[in-house]
Amino acid sequence: MKKTDIDWPKITKIVQDYNSDPECLLMIMQDISDIYNYVPPEVIPVLVEKLGVSESLIYSVATFYKTISLEPRGKYIINVCTGTACHVRGAEKITHALAEELGIEEGQTTADGMFTLDAVRCVGACASGPVAMVNHDTHGALNRSSALEMLDQYRK
Amino acid sequence: MVDRLKNRDELITLRKNLVAQHKDGNKKLISLCSGSGCGAYGTASVYDSLVAELKKAGLSDQVEVRLTGCHGFCEKGPIMVIHPEGIFYPQVKPDMIPDIVEMTLKNGEIVEKFLFKDPVSKKKIIHEKDIPFYKLQKRVIFGRNQMIDPTNVLHYIAEDGYKGLEKALFEMEPQQIIQEIKGAGLRGRGGGGFPTGIKWASCAKHDGDRYVICNADEGDPGAYMDRSLLEGNPHSIIEGMLIAAVAMQSHNGFVYVRHEYPLAVKNLNIALKSAREIGLLGKNILGSGFDFDIKVSRGGGSFVCGESTALMASLEGKPGRPRAKYVHTVEKGFRESPSSLNNVETYANVPHIINNGAEWYASMGTEGSKGTKIFSLVGNVVNTGLVEVPMGTNLRTIIYDIGGGIPKKKKFKAVQSGGPSGGCIPEQFLDVPVDFDELVKIGSMMGSGGMIVMDQDTCMVDVARYFLDFLKEESCGQCNPCREGIKQMLDVLTRICAGHGKEGDIELLEELGAMVQKFSLCGLGTSSPNPVLTTLMYFRHEYEAHIKDKKCPAGVCKPLFHYEIVDGTCTGCGLCARKCPQDAITGAKKETHVLDQDKCIKCGICYDACKFNAIAIR
Ligand SMILES: Cc1cc2nc3c(=O)[nH]c(=O)nc-3n(C[C@H](O)[C@H](O)[C@H](O)COP(=O)(O)O)c2cc1C
Ligand code: SF4
Ligand code: SF4
Ligand code: SF4
Ligand code: FES
Ligand code: FES
Repeated sequence: MKKTDIDWPKITKIVQDYNSDPECLLMIMQDISDIYNYVPPEVIPVLVEKLGVSESLIYSVATFYKTISLEPRGKYIINVCTGTACHVRGAEKITHALAEELGIEEGQTTADGMFTLDAVRCVGACASGPVAMVNHDTHGALNRSSALEMLDQYRK
Repeated sequence: MVDRLKNRDELITLRKNLVAQHKDGNKKLISLCSGSGCGAYGTASVYDSLVAELKKAGLSDQVEVRLTGCHGFCEKGPIMVIHPEGIFYPQVKPDMIPDIVEMTLKNGEIVEKFLFKDPVSKKKIIHEKDIPFYKLQKRVIFGRNQMIDPTNVLHYIAEDGYKGLEKALFEMEPQQIIQEIKGAGLRGRGGGGFPTGIKWASCAKHDGDRYVICNADEGDPGAYMDRSLLEGNPHSIIEGMLIAAVAMQSHNGFVYVRHEYPLAVKNLNIALKSAREIGLLGKNILGSGFDFDIKVSRGGGSFVCGESTALMASLEGKPGRPRAKYVHTVEKGFRESPSSLNNVETYANVPHIINNGAEWYASMGTEGSKGTKIFSLVGNVVNTGLVEVPMGTNLRTIIYDIGGGIPKKKKFKAVQSGGPSGGCIPEQFLDVPVDFDELVKIGSMMGSGGMIVMDQDTCMVDVARYFLDFLKEESCGQCNPCREGIKQMLDVLTRICAGHGKEGDIELLEELGAMVQKFSLCGLGTSSPNPVLTTLMYFRHEYEAHIKDKKCPAGVCKPLFHYEIVDGTCTGCGLCARKCPQDAITGAKKETHVLDQDKCIKCGICYDACKFNAIAIR
């Protein structure tokens, strides 16, 4: 991403909403991630300045927590739940079906930038498993075919 | 909105008026679940058609529609209950609404075809209270969920909400509150089962700016009671934290909640805002002179952040790595200050104890574990959902009487409790009463209350491999025994599952397990071998079958089994052949079919499809 493509006023607003509190670093990065689906490395120097934290702290936080990515991700992030309840109901088959359909592996993004395929450990909808989240939407009781139909909803 | 409450009397008057309003007349109340589970099945569109249809029928004034949090039977969502009768309609779709409005709400009739059909007795059931899933539960903590719109503080107040806080603020000394919690025998619901009263007492003893922190990281995969409580009844958690704050004279609280729970975060923030507006949080609460407020912090999807010291590091904006506990967090925790951390469900218990007394609370449960516990009953079981029962209820009651047993006439194999740190419990222990101590005796633990039921088609070696794979990903990596030990155990298990198991592997696993258990720094490491050790204890023959016979009896580890069609049992119905994606099955009508091993990819579709059990795992 180019520096000019970043919505700087929005970034400033996010930081202000947390009173430039360095303890809120992770949440600030999560909010930035909600806009771009990743944290563009271009914003890091700005966070260093506004929060008064070191660049190394930002990198260590960004790499420690799974909700943060410093690499661009797809417009839609598919998180297939691999929690125990979903696992015993065949979550693996869902991941395989999606990977095959999208031609990518877990952790990768499609060439057109539409989908990222990822795994999440549990989204708390365990009674409806197997479950997948697409951005903030939850899809339950999936099987091979309904998982593929789910993709179609987002392709439009 | 109501004005800021200036004193206790104003709250009492408000509650009285709300209850009176509620009792008034014949007004019907539709409780429609909009928790995450039901929401995923489409509550929003059901709500829209309901409101429109009621308006059309001229019933808008006589019927209140309340969007509530989780009722616990999420699998059957969206769930609708019509009060005062308690008529239960599961899996409601917008096209069912006209009938429900016309028949049930207008004419007082039941729409037979929409009723819940009990999968065990095959009978249709009208009232929620008669459904076996609900009937045998005791919903002390969870029960109010379905009467409350979590975004409306008045609903909570009408259900005796903030009464415990009143008592704590105006009738009790901090010491007395702690004594009451101790007397109740409340133990932490987050996993460890540490006595809550003792924790509060030691935190209160240390000077400094004390912090009251709520652990809503809910890392145990398969458990979701904390999400449902926070989402469905956030004020009960706020009230629990407030009482803890009075007891420890703390003025600052935090809730650490998973980023993956957006609705819980949203509802909690709404609840905090309204509690502030009405004078139940902030400065001079109810005119008592006591100040307390709560901030929300969102975690970043890391399991280890549920551990107390890691959670506090994360709250400080750092990577969540645990530290050694030479100094306990009740002395020096968050910001180097005395900090008391409790789980969501633990806090949800607190108002009930203060309201009804320690004696009442201690009358429920067993000698060492008091009260009720919410379990997340999931996996291969007929009725899945959240189940609240008194401590000491046995596994059979939970899995068979409430859960309805194992689906598709399959056999029970094990129930996994305690999450990645827990263990797998075999059939011979189904009559063991479930409490903190009994589960430890049989090699497992309560954990946060996840109960994952596994049927005959689950491979226990694969389950052990699965948990270690999970823990390898989640280990923070700062200490060797955990980082390397888990990896080594996982390598051995992966090898066994791939058919390359060797003589001596079982002993190697036991040795590695003992080392990791002994020398890891935090609870993640020390408990990580549990899934391996308990499956070795109870399902050793399955390991041996993998290693010696190169067979996976459950038909999970692909290199170690194949499917075969059994001559004599196969009716030649042809269903499997039609479903096979590889065209690997052939055969004439009404004759035994043949499965071509070279074409088969072991996807299991035929095995699941055959109605005659004619496909065998060999
Ligand atoms: C690796 C690990 C993960 C944990 N995850 C959680 C969690 O997600 N939620 C929780 O309440 N407790 C969790 N705990 C337990 C907490 O460390 C702590 O004991 C608990 O929150 C204290 O509250 P309680 O006494 O009310 O249970 C975890 C512990 C460990 C070692
Ligand atoms: S035991 Fe594992 S998770 Fe815990 S501190 Fe050590 S490496 Fe980290
Ligand atoms: S589905 Fe079963 S009974 Fe029917 S042809 Fe296949 S193996 Fe035979
Ligand atoms: S396991 Fe799958 S591929 Fe093999 S025969 Fe059955 S349906 Fe066909
Ligand atoms: S295990 Fe999949 S949602 Fe909880
Ligand atoms: S979310 Fe509706 S019953 Fe659980």
